Amino acid sequence: MGTIFFFIFAILAIAAAWGVVTSKNIMHSALYLALSFAGVAALYILMNADYLAAVQLLVYTGGIAIMVIFAVMLTLRGDVRESNPENKAWGWGAVVSILMFVMIAAVIYTNADWRILPTAWDNAGTAADISLLLLTKFMIPFEAAAVLLTVALVGAVILAKGVKVSK
Amino acid sequence: MSLSNLSNLSVGLSTYLLVAAMLFCLGLYGVFAKRNMIAILMSIELMLNAVNINFVAFNRFLWNEKVDVHYVLTGHVSALFVIIVAASEVAVGLALVIAVYRNRHTTNVDELNWLKW
Repeated sequence: MGTIFFFIFAILAIAAAWGVVTSKNIMHSALYLALSFAGVAALYILMNADYLAAVQLLVYTGGIAIMVIFAVMLTLRGDVRESNPENKAWGWGAVVSILMFVMIAAVIYTNADWRILPTAWDNAGTAADISLLLLTKFMIPFEAAAVLLTVALVGAVILAKGVKVSK
Repeated sequence: MSLSNLSNLSVGLSTYLLVAAMLFCLGLYGVFAKRNMIAILMSIELMLNAVNINFVAFNRFLWNEKVDVHYVLTGHVSALFVIIVAASEVAVGLALVIAVYRNRHTTNVDELNWLKW
């Protein structure tokens, strides 16, 4: 049963990602992006990462996708149906991406040296376990992330709004 | 293949890694091929998502006896930090897009070539 759900959501995430990079309408690209994020959140649930799935839905689908849609609406010019064109070198980009995928797939299938568990380790990644780790072992990176978010917020406001010089 | 056969297939580490590789390469193609700055930012988000899938999949399927039991969720914490950095990156990136759009009235990266000689 889990396998069927896995393939449904994996195909959903990949098809939505395909829509993001091939859609000619950038508004459709942004909405496909939200769909792809939601599919990835379902994959997290299948990997017992409950807390990360919730964070994915809140931050990516709820935050980043909406922010992208706002930016699209603020910068839209001309015909929306032609708002997301390919550049002249898209063929080379496709070739390089396909070669990259073939290389990664070859590495995945030829490397037998993963220390794979006989059965997958299914302790849940609940908020309690992760918070214990974040507040003891990874406290300094956690605080640094808080500083980073504050600086990014202030920087985004200054960049988008401009600074009024006071004398 | 019938559905009952399909449900007997085991979804292992390599399948998750393959899904992540597909998402990553689609994002890579978007970065190379797209002309709109916001589309490039969206493709970068796809690539960061693929990396997060890898972190969580390795955390679930790999195990080393020597690892302290308190560290077993390190992959989840790494994915969490990637999400934090991605959120900051997209906030600053979209602010830059809006600032550039205000000055140049375009989001086409092919026209942003005033540093080119």
